Amino acid sequence: MQLTEKHNQYWHKNLVITAVLLAVWFLVTFVEAWYARELNGITFFGFPLGFYMSAQGSLAIYVLIIGVYAVYMKKLDKEYGVDEGDLE
Amino acid sequence: MSQVVTQSHAGFKSQLKKYYSVYAGGFIGFVLLLALAEQLGMSRQWIGYWFLFATVGLYAAIGVMSRTSDVSEYYVAGRRVPAFFNGMATGADWMSAASFIGMAGTLFLTGYDGLAWVMGWTGGYCLVALFLAPYLRKFGQFTIPDFLAERYGGNIVRTIGILSAITCSFVYVVAQIYGVGLITSRFTGLEFGVGVFVGLGGILVCSMLGGMKAVTWTQVAQYIILIIAYLTPVVWLGTKHTGIPIPQIAYGYTLQKVGDLEKKITADPKEQEVRKIFADRAAAGKAALAAPEKAYNEGKAKLEQNLASLKSSNAPADQVAAAEKAVTAYPKDVVAAKAAWTREAGLAARSAPPRPHAEAFVGKDEKARDSARLNFIGIVFCMMFGTAALPHILMRYYTTPSVQEARVSVFWSLFFIFLLYFTAPTLAVLAKYDMFTNLVGSSFASLPAWAAAWAKVDPGLLNITDINKDGIVQWAEVVIGGDLIVLATPEIAGLPYVVSGLVAAGGLAAALSTADGLLLTIANALSHDLYYKMIDPTASTTKRVTMSKVLLIVVAIVAAYVTSLKPGDILFLVGAAFSLAASAFFPPLVMGVFWKRANKWGAIIGMAAGLAVCIYYMMRTYPFFTNMGVPKMDLWFGLSPVSAGMFGLPVGLLAIIIVSYLTSPPSKEVQELVEHVRYPHLKGDSVMSEAR
Repeated sequence: MQLTEKHNQYWHKNLVITAVLLAVWFLVTFVEAWYARELNGITFFGFPLGFYMSAQGSLAIYVLIIGVYAVYMKKLDKEYGVDEGDLE
Repeated sequence: MSQVVTQSHAGFKSQLKKYYSVYAGGFIGFVLLLALAEQLGMSRQWIGYWFLFATVGLYAAIGVMSRTSDVSEYYVAGRRVPAFFNGMATGADWMSAASFIGMAGTLFLTGYDGLAWVMGWTGGYCLVALFLAPYLRKFGQFTIPDFLAERYGGNIVRTIGILSAITCSFVYVVAQIYGVGLITSRFTGLEFGVGVFVGLGGILVCSMLGGMKAVTWTQVAQYIILIIAYLTPVVWLGTKHTGIPIPQIAYGYTLQKVGDLEKKITADPKEQEVRKIFADRAAAGKAALAAPEKAYNEGKAKLEQNLASLKSSNAPADQVAAAEKAVTAYPKDVVAAKAAWTREAGLAARSAPPRPHAEAFVGKDEKARDSARLNFIGIVFCMMFGTAALPHILMRYYTTPSVQEARVSVFWSLFFIFLLYFTAPTLAVLAKYDMFTNLVGSSFASLPAWAAAWAKVDPGLLNITDINKDGIVQWAEVVIGGDLIVLATPEIAGLPYVVSGLVAAGGLAAALSTADGLLLTIANALSHDLYYKMIDPTASTTKRVTMSKVLLIVVAIVAAYVTSLKPGDILFLVGAAFSLAASAFFPPLVMGVFWKRANKWGAIIGMAAGLAVCIYYMMRTYPFFTNMGVPKMDLWFGLSPVSAGMFGLPVGLLAIIIVSYLTSPPSKEVQELVEHVRYPHLKGDSVMSEAR
């Protein structure tokens, strides 16, 4: 079918949220690991921060990233009328 | 579970919740019952048998209940697996024997630097969620080569897809079957081969009868067992050391204490004495290797001379006997002596003080530390993009009822994986603390019970030798194999044997569930993609499913055969599978959705180039190949061969872009397909995705 302007807006918004979440992912993965030695100088609940992030903090943020994406996209689907209707 | 086809989604979900709650409760009851039986005197071997046969029997029973010959049920579980349960199934599918048994041990041995695997194997799901799962679900076919072939058109793409899918899955499945044999033989005393056979039987009954449907419901059951098995001993040990039942949050202060103890061990004179002995022996071995002929003759002459002088001076009989023994024990020839000296020279590793657990990127100078950092990044990169390209994981997102459920399902997948992965670093620190305080400093006459038992049973996992003959255990005298940490934790924590059996059942569940998913991926690639799509497109649905079942058995037998040859260095092979998948699959899959201009030749050249670069780098740098005569080359940027995907992926991506621009854009139909997958629902859509 022919896509409308509204459809393009939906896709654009999807790309924006994807890029934002990807930036967070990049930050807590590669930037964090690159500066792990420096971060280890900071103590957090008794942990060196670099160690804590790589062992647990970044992992928890990954779970959050995916959760935020799922919730946001569900809302976006409804708003732009491309949702699949209620399955429940 | 087989008569629910007509039920509503909500009804089905609530029924599943009921089933699995009862099941989880039943399993806990079963463990408690065995604990009681142990108190009443049941032998350890019988506890092992009970765990083995009860769990494998259970998986087989689920397989029998979920048997099917329906194509959609067989390949994608009827596309009605709710997000929550698909998440559990993916968790079990994902976490292999290596994650369950090996991960905590790797962290124990390598400290911070081992966390690259933890980050890589979790963060990859962000890529799955953002780039792949919802779009693949909307596309809604059966396999990953399906998507590539439909999007780019033509059998060349499909063939490369089939080859890549089979290669990485097969390498991976061998490692799993190896784990199955190891666990069953260790905990039941059955032979390795018999262990493989029993485990494989369980896998086959389940996946052969019911395909994806049976595998899914078995994997949910397996996840429940494996997570209970992993968390129970850690929570127990954590409560013992931190006083808080959530050790994952509370172990920071334990980590500090470990740091203090490391400093103490580094400075302790007795520890230094042991390390000095190792350093001296290593230096002597190295010196002897420099001039082997001379060292051999001198060493022999010295021992013989010693014996002669003892004899002539009428020394006590036991001294003479010891000297005689030394002469006979001396290596027969220079070749044997060289091997012994090489071992001695290797002791240099044991002359180093303990590496600080939390310190990132350990190395002797700044350059070595920077190289360690780059390799850390390399492993994280390859494991993440490999995760987002492994067919047996991506396939799972075809099974949810809708696009939105697929998105939520990735969330649950990572959540369930996270539960285990954020516990592993905790276990490593707790086990280290326990060993520093209870093992180090104890006397050889009265070792902790678990240490005495494991050192006797398996010297490969735990070896304690009194090097400086003072009768006290020094840390430098202890050698630990990584797998010991998870296997021995119940005993270290002072739990009854039934928990050890539970851990073995958990490890078995992890290995079986991953093997299930992988075998199914390979059989489907052969039966669906190769046979049905390329050889005989007119095959009836019954024939296709039967074909798949037969192929499953053949693949399983071949995999078991390869496993029985015990191919070396499984960890490298697993890492290689990830690098290969990242190089071959990630670029064409993601570009296929996000870039309409990507075309057939771009995909073909991109996949081929990515694979070629990845394989080239491994062949030229990995010792296994270079020892076979492949000319060796220097590492690029010092990156280890496992991280070959760090070169393969960008090259593949670039190739797709360049070649696509040089050739004509894809047809209007393909562009419409791309639009189709981008929106969860478009008007007039249902015909396309549901009918097939």
